[in-house]
Amino acid sequence: MGALTRTFRSFLLTELVGGMASTFKMMFQPKVTLNYPYEKGPLSPRFRGEHALRRYPNGEERCIACKLCEATCPAEAITIEAEERDDGSRRTTRYDIDMTKCIYCGLCEEACPVDAIVEGPNYEFATETREELLYDKDKLLENGDRWEALLARRLEYDAPYR
Amino acid sequence: MAQFFYHTLTGQIILMLLETLAVLVPLLIAVAYLTLMERKVMAAMQRRRGPNVNGPFGMFQAFADAIKMITKETVIPAGANRALFLFAPFLTFSLAMLAWAVIPTGNGLAVADINVGILYLLAISSLGVYGILIAGWASNSRYAFLGGLRSAAQMVSYEVSIGLVIVSVLLAVGSLNLNDIVLAQRHIWFCVPMFPMFIVFFISALAETNRAPFDLPEGESELVAGFFVEYSSLAFGLFFLGEYANMILMSGMISILFLGGWLPPLGLAPFTWVPGPLWLIFKILFCLFVFIWIRATFPRFRYDQLMRLGWKVFLPLSLVWMIATAGFLMATGLLPQVGGVN
Repeated sequence: MGALTRTFRSFLLTELVGGMASTFKMMFQPKVTLNYPYEKGPLSPRFRGEHALRRYPNGEERCIACKLCEATCPAEAITIEAEERDDGSRRTTRYDIDMTKCIYCGLCEEACPVDAIVEGPNYEFATETREELLYDKDKLLENGDRWEALLARRLEYDAPYR
Repeated sequence: MAQFFYHTLTGQIILMLLETLAVLVPLLIAVAYLTLMERKVMAAMQRRRGPNVNGPFGMFQAFADAIKMITKETVIPAGANRALFLFAPFLTFSLAMLAWAVIPTGNGLAVADINVGILYLLAISSLGVYGILIAGWASNSRYAFLGGLRSAAQMVSYEVSIGLVIVSVLLAVGSLNLNDIVLAQRHIWFCVPMFPMFIVFFISALAETNRAPFDLPEGESELVAGFFVEYSSLAFGLFFLGEYANMILMSGMISILFLGGWLPPLGLAPFTWVPGPLWLIFKILFCLFVFIWIRATFPRFRYDQLMRLGWKVFLPLSLVWMIATAGFLMATGLLPQVGGVN
């Protein structure tokens, strides 16, 4: 490019005008952002959101207190205490997850032999106090009841890859 | 009634106050909506949505922001010079408001239709640098100080070419009165015969108002926020208002000097039906849109590039153009006579 062309280009601001034309065109293109609280993006069946403890269809809780999740948890967020129940089955008396420690790695879900602890599709569980994020067994079971339909579907979709 | 307003002192004071309010209240509302417009236009150009939750199309976003800002705490840094620290935002804000006294929104429709209107504007916009310098110095913070220094250097550099551009316009008009400057554009707007100067003035206006791509004094990525790092709450709000009011003022100056102020684009029927003030508002809106458009398009200049552009490109260009204008007007005998509108 000769010096003359270069001078002309810089004085006629061709590059600047070209850049501005490009941004102007963008104004009329469809928006790429979601209208978030009203509009949500698709989630993978493997999405690791809020935890839930599931139950069998007859209402019995799945967790057998094997403590594999507690052992595998890299953040040591899970605390389990267990006792034998009157009918002889082994069940948890305490199942706490500290959601402020949890790193949402999904290892608890991987470790669980009975698909009891799972990470669900819910990611909107922000709270105003820290205490509300220290989940206990009741809260986790309640989550399981609330999301069961979705959780079962997600496990079914993901089953071929497990 | 008219007797009371025009012939008694109290009447005139009341009239003056009303006139001032008639300019300042719409101006402040315009500033509020300019912030919304900026966010919406930037969002559209970046293919985002922008504020859309507060009221229809986010119309109340500006007021929500204002309420948030007012309820924050005013923090005065321990090492700061308290008096100057608080004085700086008031200075910036009041100067931005003061300048509006001379802007004519219609034929002779200005709060103060003074004979040296353009000189007054130049003086007020030059004073604006003091607010920034004082803020930068009084904060007793390195970032703020660097921002203030940069801003001072930048404004002084671009003021020179702005001055020369104004001189070449004045050569063609023969008056310093803003009303006369607009009336001189009855036949053709100055942006046509003086197109290069229009561009130079526009770019200098960007530098003068510290807008992107010349927002070095703010320079988020290197200076955090530049001269107002230490400001919060209402003091920050005043800087913010002042800056946006300055943007509108500069757009007003561009409209008056180059885009024919309140004059319609053609003296024909459908254009003349629209009243003059509306034309001025349209032109100011157009300039503001371009301000925002430029911000959405270009990255920030480097400091030495900024100085090079100001001193080695704009200054010679506007100087040569001024001499050429003077020569052309002398040669063709079009030079306006003193005191008369050509």
